[in-house]
Amino acid sequence: MPGAVDIDPAVPAAEHARSRGWSALADTVLLITGMLIVWQVATLIIGHEVLTSPLETARRLSAIMADPDFPAHAWETGRAFGTALIIALAGGLTIGVALGAHRLSGQVAAPILVALYSIPKITLYPVILLLFGLGISAKIAFGVIHGIIPVIIFTMNGVRNINGVYFRAARAMRLSGMQTASNIIVPAALPEIVSGFRIGFSLTLLGTLIGEMFASQRGIGYMLVKAMETNDVATVMALALFLIVLATAASSVLLVIDRRLHQSVIAQSGDSQ
Amino acid sequence: MNTSSVQLCLRGVTRVFPAVEQQKPLHALGPLDLDLRRGEFFSVVGPSGCGKSTLLDLVAGLARPTAGTITFEGRPVAGEVPDGIGVVFQEDASFPWLSVYDNAAFALRRAGMAEKDIRERVDPTLAAVGLQSFAGAYPAQLSGGMRQRLCIARTLVTRPRLLLLDEPFGALDQQTRLLMGDELLDLWRLTDATVFLITHSLDEAALLSDRIGVMSARPGVFIDLVDTAWPRERDSRIVSDPAFGRVTGRLWEMLRGQSLKALAGG
Amino acid sequence: MMTRPGKLRWALIIAALALLEGACRLGFVSRQTIIAPTAMAAGAWQALGSAEMRGHILITLASVAQSIGLAIVVGFAVGAALYRLPRLRRTLDPFLASYYAVPAFVFYPVFIVLFGLNRWPLVAIGFVFAVTAVIINTLDGLSRVPRGVRRTAAVMKLTPLQHIFFIMLPAAAPWLFTGAKFAVVYSFIGVIAGEFVLSGAGLGHAIAFAYNSFDNETMYGLMLLLFLIVGGINMQLWIWEQRLYARRGGY
Repeated sequence: MPGAVDIDPAVPAAEHARSRGWSALADTVLLITGMLIVWQVATLIIGHEVLTSPLETARRLSAIMADPDFPAHAWETGRAFGTALIIALAGGLTIGVALGAHRLSGQVAAPILVALYSIPKITLYPVILLLFGLGISAKIAFGVIHGIIPVIIFTMNGVRNINGVYFRAARAMRLSGMQTASNIIVPAALPEIVSGFRIGFSLTLLGTLIGEMFASQRGIGYMLVKAMETNDVATVMALALFLIVLATAASSVLLVIDRRLHQSVIAQSGDSQ
Repeated sequence: MNTSSVQLCLRGVTRVFPAVEQQKPLHALGPLDLDLRRGEFFSVVGPSGCGKSTLLDLVAGLARPTAGTITFEGRPVAGEVPDGIGVVFQEDASFPWLSVYDNAAFALRRAGMAEKDIRERVDPTLAAVGLQSFAGAYPAQLSGGMRQRLCIARTLVTRPRLLLLDEPFGALDQQTRLLMGDELLDLWRLTDATVFLITHSLDEAALLSDRIGVMSARPGVFIDLVDTAWPRERDSRIVSDPAFGRVTGRLWEMLRGQSLKALAGG
Repeated sequence: MMTRPGKLRWALIIAALALLEGACRLGFVSRQTIIAPTAMAAGAWQALGSAEMRGHILITLASVAQSIGLAIVVGFAVGAALYRLPRLRRTLDPFLASYYAVPAFVFYPVFIVLFGLNRWPLVAIGFVFAVTAVIINTLDGLSRVPRGVRRTAAVMKLTPLQHIFFIMLPAAAPWLFTGAKFAVVYSFIGVIAGEFVLSGAGLGHAIAFAYNSFDNETMYGLMLLLFLIVGGINMQLWIWEQRLYARRGGY
């Protein structure tokens, strides 16, 4: 075939991106198959009492899911995670827009946020427990403190980097502060905000699960910690698999949205050059 | 200096981008014939998307023609940048992690030249592009025009015999462009290098060049070769010469239809 | 000397501490819940005076350092390899992006069986937390090397090694630094979390132990120390990072 080695960057890449869907799907299937093979080989090497094989793990997962108690645990986790996510995203967005739009506040807050992001929040668990008591509110609080900070940081940076001409346009159109926030700031910073949501989603889930592991008698985190204490590797693996599948699926959807938004912005700024 | 000798020779040069998945192959350029005389200042103008930058990539050896041959000083150019050719790109390609001096010295250091010899080449070159007092600064501290001058200096220290410029002043304002054009003419006279300039500005081409190649809409071929007959000693004050108006007028006459075609097609 | 935001920041922190101090001293907050910042500082000072606590701190710092080193080396190598394999990278992206939703320390029992009952399982947890951030940032940095810079390098006919060391690495340096910074953050989070859950030594263990024995002064004292260490290191890294990006004019 002529030109097989002729890879030239001058052809616009976005135009043939659409036809890539099927081969991308095939690649994903290939990758997952490869991972399963590695997992199986690892099981064979270190022994199935240490690392359960893929098949055993899947079996255990379906056994766990068939258990009559499971829906209640899953619902508990889902409810806590959902609430924490809404608080983290809405709160993070509001605070992030405010800090991004008001330059001085942003400069004051940024290093504090960075420091807060970096501390191992698991050690705050005694404080959260003392403040909220055992139960769903402690889990939600745990989810929120993990998830809200990246949302704030990403939103703030996104708003800060908005082209100044948009703000001048907003003033020229005599928009109010709220109108500017909802009609100018959020749409203009949307790609960054979605990136923040993506990370916030993952970390809120992590926080909620950690909360459940220590501050609860219910939910998937609680099931995990019980299995860890009894050295029930098969259950640990099954629940981890469950979480990985759910988190990756949700994350892929957010990633697709993220890419679309970033691409449209790049295409737009590329035109003006 | 023998100005009639041919330095760069293009024969039937064609570039077709291969089909990618369901897309049709894209005939970008050619077939083109061109003889570039040693030491001349040659510019290429054409409507956007006509393959000007593709042509530069081919001459620089950064891409291979689908058909036809390119020879530089008698040797075929094929997939590698020949010795004696320097390239300055449209994008800002200054290295942000190096100071102005280290940027300019980069290629010479990689070639293993002694620091003393490097200084002897870099200092006058930085002075020639007006950056001698910024030798210790970093690119982020420079304006866009200064960064582009730095890129030109970085290429000139290698003493290229053919200098390829791809819209080097594309991102600058009109007045800066005129002044940069004067500087470029000075450097051209100083170094005796051949200059091959890609531009979309008719004024720039008319002002700087000995000869101008006018390209058609895609696939790009030369539809006219304009001789300006400017003296070697010249500068931007040419713009007030009636001959300057005649040259730009002729360029636009050739290009108007092609640009309309490109606008409708793109 | 200090900038206006810097002054305001310190004023804000001091005001918050004073508020908490007042609330605790005046009895608005129960001593069982939160103790006054001065009492925390006293607890921290006391902990620093105890050889046992210093041992816990040092052993944690040692594990964190091992985890950081491993994460940077492995993460950088994997990131550079994925940069050369764009198809694999595209396919892996959603997995990398959702990585942090999985609490990696649930694999602690597996690590214990693999490495034995020592500090390596904790290092492993810190490592698996940290390595992904290094991979992601390495990839990000390498893909952001401007086209003009790469094309210029192509004209200069560098050898592959020269291309890596004189072009790609320095061009991607700020992002590589960011990756290293995250390696520090996540190694601390992973190691401390592991110690907190199941370990007989280290700062995380000492905090959990103090909590279980209702020793609030030691618990808050150790937390304060931990936050000062982690916060201090990260603040410093952050400042260097900002300088690095600023000298480059934000690209």
